Amino acid sequence: MAILIRNGRVLDPASRTDRVADVLIVEGCIAGVAAGLSAPKAEVIDASGMIVAPGFIDMHVHLREPGFEHAETIESGSRAAAAGGFTSICCMPNTKPVNDSATVTSYIVERARSQAVVNVFPIGAVTKGSAGEELAAIGAMKAAGAVAISDDGQPVTNSRVMRRAMEFARSYDLPVIDHCEDLGLSAGGDMHEGAQSVRWGLRGIPSAAEDTMVARDLLLAELTGARCHIAHISTRNAVAMVAHARRHGIAATCEATPHHFTLSDREMAAYDSNYKMKPPLRGPADRAAVAAGLASGAIDAIATDHAPHPGSEKMQEFERCPFGIIGLETAVALALEELVRPGRISLSRMVELFTTGPESVMRLGRGTLAPGAPGDVTVFSTGVSWTYDVNQSFSRSRNSPFDGRAFRGGPMVTVVNGQVVWRRA
Amino acid sequence: MHAGLLGIEELDRAEIEAILARAKDFQPIQSQSLKKLDTLRGKMIVNLFYEASTRTRTSFEIAAKRLGADAVSITASGSSVSKGESLVDTLNTLAAMRPDAIVMRHAASGAPHFLARHLPAPIINAGDGTHEHPTQALLDARTILDRRASLEGLRVAIIGDIAHSRVARSNVHLLAKFGVEIVLCGPASLLPPELAELAPGVRLTTDIRQAIRDADVIMMLRVQLERQHEASFPASEYFRFYGLRLEHLDLAKPDAIVMHPGPINRGRELSSEVADFQRSVILNQVENGIAVRMAVLERVIG
Repeated sequence: MAILIRNGRVLDPASRTDRVADVLIVEGCIAGVAAGLSAPKAEVIDASGMIVAPGFIDMHVHLREPGFEHAETIESGSRAAAAGGFTSICCMPNTKPVNDSATVTSYIVERARSQAVVNVFPIGAVTKGSAGEELAAIGAMKAAGAVAISDDGQPVTNSRVMRRAMEFARSYDLPVIDHCEDLGLSAGGDMHEGAQSVRWGLRGIPSAAEDTMVARDLLLAELTGARCHIAHISTRNAVAMVAHARRHGIAATCEATPHHFTLSDREMAAYDSNYKMKPPLRGPADRAAVAAGLASGAIDAIATDHAPHPGSEKMQEFERCPFGIIGLETAVALALEELVRPGRISLSRMVELFTTGPESVMRLGRGTLAPGAPGDVTVFSTGVSWTYDVNQSFSRSRNSPFDGRAFRGGPMVTVVNGQVVWRRA
Repeated sequence: MHAGLLGIEELDRAEIEAILARAKDFQPIQSQSLKKLDTLRGKMIVNLFYEASTRTRTSFEIAAKRLGADAVSITASGSSVSKGESLVDTLNTLAAMRPDAIVMRHAASGAPHFLARHLPAPIINAGDGTHEHPTQALLDARTILDRRASLEGLRVAIIGDIAHSRVARSNVHLLAKFGVEIVLCGPASLLPPELAELAPGVRLTTDIRQAIRDADVIMMLRVQLERQHEASFPASEYFRFYGLRLEHLDLAKPDAIVMHPGPINRGRELSSEVADFQRSVILNQVENGIAVRMAVLERVIG
C-alpha cells in the first residue's frame, strides 16, 4: 500500500527542505519527495495549502498503562497523540508496576505493538521502583526497547545515586531525563510561589526548587560526561543555566511544554485544578524566558508532559488534586498560536522543535522525510479554525485548561509507518 | 450581587458599606431582652464546619436564630466526611435537602470557591484555609467604625503570622478599599514580600515598633501553630520580638484600639495586660460578629 501526499509545502528541517512538493510513502517508508510524483495505486492525500512535515515526536507523555487504565491506556493515549499530529511518543515509567525492568519494558512494547496507532517508545526508570536508592536494570531495559531513563515525578534526591545513574547510562549511551525538583523546597506546594499564591492563600513552589536541581544535574553531567536532559523546563534561571552549560561543552538538553510557554500563574482560574501541574505555571517573566529559549535554540524540544487524571481525582479541593494536565491534542495548535503567529519563531523552527529537536535527544531514527526513513508524516494547517472540546478527546481523561479554546491552525492528517491513523473530520 | 459571600476581594465598597450599615441596625437587638426577629422565618441554614471552630460557628448559629431562621450545624468528625465521602458529594447531598444557604469553613484555601462552581445553593465562606475570612473582616470594620467616624485615612497595623492568616487577607482587602494605610508586620519567614501586592496602600515591616508607631488600630493575629506546616520561626522567641506589650502602646495614637480575632493566646502574641487593657475591643468584636453575620445572612437569603 502506498500513500501519495500531494501539493503540500514540504518542510523537513533535517534535509533542509522547504518547497511545494509531493511525498510518496511505499511499504511504510518514505520513497521520495519531489514535484509531480505519480503512483497509480497510491492513496492520494491532497495537502494543498497545508504543511507536510516529518512525523512529530513527543518525548514526554504518561500513558498510565500498566496500572492506571482508568486514567489512560496505551491505546487511548496513542489515539490522542495521533489526533495531536504526533507519530511517535515516549512514555514515562511511573506506571504500576514502575517500568524498572526489562519485563515491564517488554510488556509496554508488546501492548503498543497490538494496541497503539503511533510508535511508542518506553522510558525506563533510573532506580528500582523510582525509589531513588538502587539503580534499575538499565542495560536490560535498553535491550528490551527503552530509549532513555528517568524517575520523572519522583526525582532522584540523593546526588550520589544520580551521579552513578549518569555514569551507568553513559555506558549504554542513554540520555538521563530529570524532572528537576528539590522535594524539600517544594514540599506541600500547590502552585508557583509568587503574588498569586500569596493572594489565594495557596502554598507555593518556589522557582528555586527547580533551579537548584537543574544546577546539580548540569554539574553532574559535567562530572560524568553523561547526556543529561532537563524535562519541562519552566524558570528563567533554569533556561539560562542550561544555555550556560552548553556553551561550556556540557551535553545538556532540555524541553518545554506548551502550557509553560502559553500560560503564567496570572492566567490561572482560581482554584481550578486544570491549572495544577508540576512544575507549576510560573511568573510572566519565566513564561517569556521559555518562549525566548525555544526561539534561540536554548531549548531543544516541545514536549507535552501529557498527564491524564480522571475527573474524580481532579474534582476536589485544589490542594488535594493530583498534578498534571493532558496536552497531546492541543500542543501543535498552541505552538502555532503562541510562538509562530506572533513571530517569535518561524514555522521551520516549530517543526524542528517537534522533530529534529526531540530526535537529537532520543535517537529514535525518525524525524526526517529522507528517502528510506520510516513513513511517519504530520500534515498540518496554519489556517484551519477549530475549537477544542475536551469531552471529545481521545484521552480517557478530561483535565485540560484549554477546553473550549478556539484555535487557528492544527494537525490535519497523521501518517504512521505508511498508514493514515488520523484525519481531521 | 453574587449568590453567596466567598470573599471580601470581590466585593465593592458600596456592598461593604451596605452590610456594615445593616449590621449597625442589628446592634441594639443584641442587648434587648427579646432578641428574635422573623425576617428569615422558614429559611434553613446549614453550618458545615470542616475545621474546629467554636466562636464562628456559634456566632453564625445565633445570627441565624435571631433572624428567625432554622440552623443546623454539622462538624466534620462524625459525619460522612470521616467515611471518605468527597467534598463535592457531601455538598451535593446537602444541597439536595434545599437549604437556603450553606455556611462553610474548610481547611483548604478555595474550597468554597470550588464548590460554588458546582452547587446551586449560595455559599457563605466562614474561613477557607489561609485565604479569606470575610465575615471577620466585616465585623472588624464594624468595630472600628463604632469608635471612628470613617475608615478613610486611618493607620492600621496587622501583626503576627500574616503568611498563614485568612483574617489578615480579608482585612487587607477590606481596609484598602477604604483608603486605609495598612502596615503588615511579622518575622520575614511569615511575611512574604508579595503581600505588598495584595492591595494598594500596603507596607511591610519586620519591626513591631515601626508597625505600631502612630497606628489608630493594632490588630494582633493568633499565632496559629496548627496552620504552620513547618517551623518558620522559633516559638521560644516569638513573644520577645513580636508579642504586644503595654509599653508598645505608647508608640501608637493616644486613642488607638487593640483588636484580636480570638481565641487569644496570652503570653504568645500579646501580654495578659494588653488583653485586659481598657482600649482592647476584643469582646466588642465578638458581639459585633453576630450583628454582622445577621446582615450577611439577610443579604444572601433575604
